[in-house]
Amino acid sequence: MADISSDTVIKARGLTKLYGRHRAVDAIDFDIRRGEIFGVLGPNGAGKTTTILMMLGLTERSGGSVDVLGFDPVRQPLEVKRRVGYLPDAVGFYDHLTARQNLRYTARLLGLPRREAETRIVDAMESVKLADVLDNRVSTFSRGMRQRLGIAEIVMKRAEVAILDEPTSGLDPHSTFELLEMIRGLKRAGVAVLLSSHLLDRVQSVCDRVALFNEGRIALMGTVVELANLVLGAGHPILVEAAGLDIAGTLYGIEGVQSVVPEGEGAWRVVADRDVRAAVAHRIVASGGALTRLADLQPSLEEVYTRYFEEARHAA
Amino acid sequence: MGSRASLALRRQGSPFTGIGPVLVKELADHLSSVRMLVLTLFVIAFGAFPVASSLQTLRTVVDPNSFLFLRIFTLEPEQVGISFVAALNFIIPLMAIGLGFDSVNSEFNRRTLSRVLSQPIYRDALLMGKFLAGLATFAVVLVALWLMVFGAGLLLLGVPPRGVEVARGVGFLVVAIAYGGIWLAISMLFSVLLRSPATSALCALGLWLFFLLLWPQLASAIVSGAAAGEIRSVEDYAALQDLAMGLMRLSPGTLFSEAVLALLSPETRTLGPMLPAQMRGAILGAPLPFDQSLLLIWPQITGLIAGMIVVFAAAYVVFQRQEVRA
Ligand SMILES: Nc1ncnc2c1ncn2[C@@H]1O[C@H](COP(=O)(O)OP(=O)(O)O)[C@@H](O)[C@H]1O
Ligand SMILES: [Mg+2]
Repeated sequence: MADISSDTVIKARGLTKLYGRHRAVDAIDFDIRRGEIFGVLGPNGAGKTTTILMMLGLTERSGGSVDVLGFDPVRQPLEVKRRVGYLPDAVGFYDHLTARQNLRYTARLLGLPRREAETRIVDAMESVKLADVLDNRVSTFSRGMRQRLGIAEIVMKRAEVAILDEPTSGLDPHSTFELLEMIRGLKRAGVAVLLSSHLLDRVQSVCDRVALFNEGRIALMGTVVELANLVLGAGHPILVEAAGLDIAGTLYGIEGVQSVVPEGEGAWRVVADRDVRAAVAHRIVASGGALTRLADLQPSLEEVYTRYFEEARHAA
Repeated sequence: MGSRASLALRRQGSPFTGIGPVLVKELADHLSSVRMLVLTLFVIAFGAFPVASSLQTLRTVVDPNSFLFLRIFTLEPEQVGISFVAALNFIIPLMAIGLGFDSVNSEFNRRTLSRVLSQPIYRDALLMGKFLAGLATFAVVLVALWLMVFGAGLLLLGVPPRGVEVARGVGFLVVAIAYGGIWLAISMLFSVLLRSPATSALCALGLWLFFLLLWPQLASAIVSGAAAGEIRSVEDYAALQDLAMGLMRLSPGTLFSEAVLALLSPETRTLGPMLPAQMRGAILGAPLPFDQSLLLIWPQITGLIAGMIVVFAAAYVVFQRQEVRA
């Protein structure tokens, strides 16, 4: 459709899903751009999966519109599904078949020529580091391996958009790290990635932009830093660990420092309106204190989320 | 709900995209499954006994015009008490149910459904592919069985089947596959309706038992209820018979046994107005030509096929409306 600019791959306007009276998704708007990783984050039941299903045409919307690569998922589902890769929450494969046989079935459904399919399968399995288990039955795969097989399917499909529903849930930290690395790999290959999660902090590091869902609405949308500035206030949070003097008193004397909050034994969280790390180090050392740690604190989405809804509740 | 229908009408692309790969995969799954082995053993166990006994009896018959090969199917040997077709009348539904009861809900439970449906195919193709694969599997078993029976006949009777016997035998195969198709569609309908394969199997088997055991009783109860008034004329009596026949024909098993009777017992000249129990005695006079027999059972054949299509369509409609979250 003509109104889609060339770098927008998904465009939702007023997207709504009703289950009876319940508004599972309530008139949301968002755009996803080519080559970005977009995080759809929020607690269980916030409407993330429902939004995803509507984008794929797997459930019908009750209102609004959604465009995926210029196609309408309800009227042109085959066009959408040819170009979009989907990794469902707790993805399943045919356990009695091998990884290769599973991917072959998908390749046939995609209508790939046999020769082409075989090379794509091998390449895709290499890209997710599963090449050595290509001919093992999926019943022997761990949860993390299944998720990676799901990513391999998307790679094999050469999807322009990858939609991953809770890809890291149930994974140990190491597998999570590996999976997020593969998701970055998709982005490097030019794929736009939409990724949902109820664990905000796990995935915030890979997301270029996030939308925080709550009760079917998008509460906040933007980059992590933008949201942090909006909710937690503009400022650079840093962590200071030092000993030997009245740290709080010393730090308040530095220009730009807005707050100093103790964070456990000998540690303080300092928020300033500019980067004050050099000044802090200088002042502590000059006052005869022992500086043991000085770290830039990433704003935490968890914190953003909690603070936002606390404030929303207070306002109500 | 109006918008749903109109949206579906406007969707683009062939509903049959992807039907081939689904069919091939499901067929391979069926043919290599343990379940298939069990079903085949089951058929052989139930079929071998009546067939062997019939062959024993038929070896003593020397009349060349007596449709010997067809009688392998229909003869009711004293030692067994059940003919091969009567055995098939209940083996076929069991096999079809065994092939279909978990076809859709198992995809839900393995959480493969949304992954498969996120590939460029419609649900139509998935359901149709599964149905055709089940039917093909079933046809393979029946054809093998049929060939074994004819082969055994050839060996033990020492005469080749006549052309008309082969033709009638093939007709029987077609009817048997259509009969299996109905039960396959029924079991797939339950597999769409019910998430648990065990419950789905139970419901399909329950329906089968209902038609097998309860329906004849129920039908005659309804008829005697209708007859509570008065039977004054032959017309009244005929109307009652029609009612009884109509009720019985709601059961796929009745359609199957009527069609098979006319095909395998060429002497059959009429299929009503009698209850199936009376039918065995209704063999009179010279055999009908094959085309006449076909004409006689045309309503039964169309009934079986129409029933299959109606039940499949019901499964299709329910499946289209389901939300796929797994
Ligand atoms: N089939 C359904 N019928 C009724 N309500 C549903 C159905 N599926 C989901 N919901 C409701 O919709 C809301 C959003 O669910 P979902 O999109 O799965 O949330 P999330 O993926 O963010 O955890 C929840 O409140 C859930 O209870
Ligand atoms: Mg979800």
